[in-house]
Amino acid sequence: MADKITLRLVTPSRLLLDEEVDEVTAPGALGEFGVLPHHISFLTQLEPGEMSYKQGAGRSHLAIGGGYAEVLDDVMTILADAAEYADEIDVERARRARERAEKKLDELSREDKEFLAVEAALRRALVRLQVASREARM
Amino acid sequence: MATLKAIRKRIGSIRNTQQITKAMKMVAAAKLRRAQDAALRARPYAEKMTALLSNLSSRVSPEAHPLLAAREEKRVDLVILTADRGLCGGYNANIIRAGEKFVRGRAPEKETNLILVGRKGVDYFRRRKIEAVERYQQIGSIATEQLAGELAEKAIARFLSQEAAAVYILYSRFRSALSQVPTLEKLVPVAGAAEESEGQPTEYLFEPGIEQLLSSLLPKIVEVGIFRALLEAAASEHGARMTAMDSATTNAAEIMSHLTLQMNRARQAAITKELLEVVSTAEALK
Repeated sequence: MADKITLRLVTPSRLLLDEEVDEVTAPGALGEFGVLPHHISFLTQLEPGEMSYKQGAGRSHLAIGGGYAEVLDDVMTILADAAEYADEIDVERARRARERAEKKLDELSREDKEFLAVEAALRRALVRLQVASREARM
Repeated sequence: MATLKAIRKRIGSIRNTQQITKAMKMVAAAKLRRAQDAALRARPYAEKMTALLSNLSSRVSPEAHPLLAAREEKRVDLVILTADRGLCGGYNANIIRAGEKFVRGRAPEKETNLILVGRKGVDYFRRRKIEAVERYQQIGSIATEQLAGELAEKAIARFLSQEAAAVYILYSRFRSALSQVPTLEKLVPVAGAAEESEGQPTEYLFEPGIEQLLSSLLPKIVEVGIFRALLEAAASEHGARMTAMDSATTNAAEIMSHLTLQMNRARQAAITKELLEVVSTAEALK
């Protein structure tokens, strides 16, 4: 297994993925990063965003809701707060969440305690919509 | 000997009870399956989280973050997870007994504050006039991320404000439907796992800085720990209830067969008596 990475993706409610893949991209705290085989040991925080991995000729896209990623000896472990494949996303629900959050943001000022929470909700909804629009899984 | 009618009535009432315990057993079995699934599915996440922490903690000193620093445990908090409802065998009693043992096991001048989850625990300590700093009850299903978040926030706040030098959690670990073990775990300070680093620690790249990483990761670990305990407790409760209701159903069947025997005997005796009377009357009329 010289040129593969084992990708393990777990969320609090399930083990989503435990497979050999060729390449992973994920939204790190300091920007998006890619992981190829023989990557240096690495630990980072993840932002809500889009991650994808390449397996053979296909590429799969997922929406993740923040978490942590660890790379150690060609094993990449992603601990995500939430993760969904592109075709699992409930587009209607995400759209409603976006509208709700946008409306709320108009009412709130930047100093409000809620502001950050609502902004995060908006970001999650946007990520879901963006990933869902790719649809192409495999 | 009891009259026929009285015995029949008792059999009827026991049959009713048996129907109830049987239904409760069925419900508990269904809930247990779901709770067990949830507990099993959550396990990989919790395990990976712990692995991540022990990888990390072999590289950082306890001074790196306040949540890692152990203090002298003069005053600690104990979170006790009990059920809202009874009729589940010794489940609640076992947990409460373990809790009392923990409190008694500490030196008298040391203080232990209780954070109670579940109506059974709340009632028990209220009856004994033991104060609790926080109570959660009538929450329906206890295995929610929301409750885990609330408890984690509380535990961390009390630890950081020096109100507690450590926070423990006492819950029932689910082994099987027949066996649930009261388990005590330390939530904060977050244990630095294995202090000795086996072999050469691998070179790690951190992003963002290690301090930032720790201050987001450590509260998360506390929360995950609590959530796992809640899931285990929920599975244990349903398992205990299922077992208790199963043996109640068996007992009811046993009593019923005993009473049926008694009833038949009484009926037989009545028939014999009547026959004797008829025969002796006929004899007398001759």
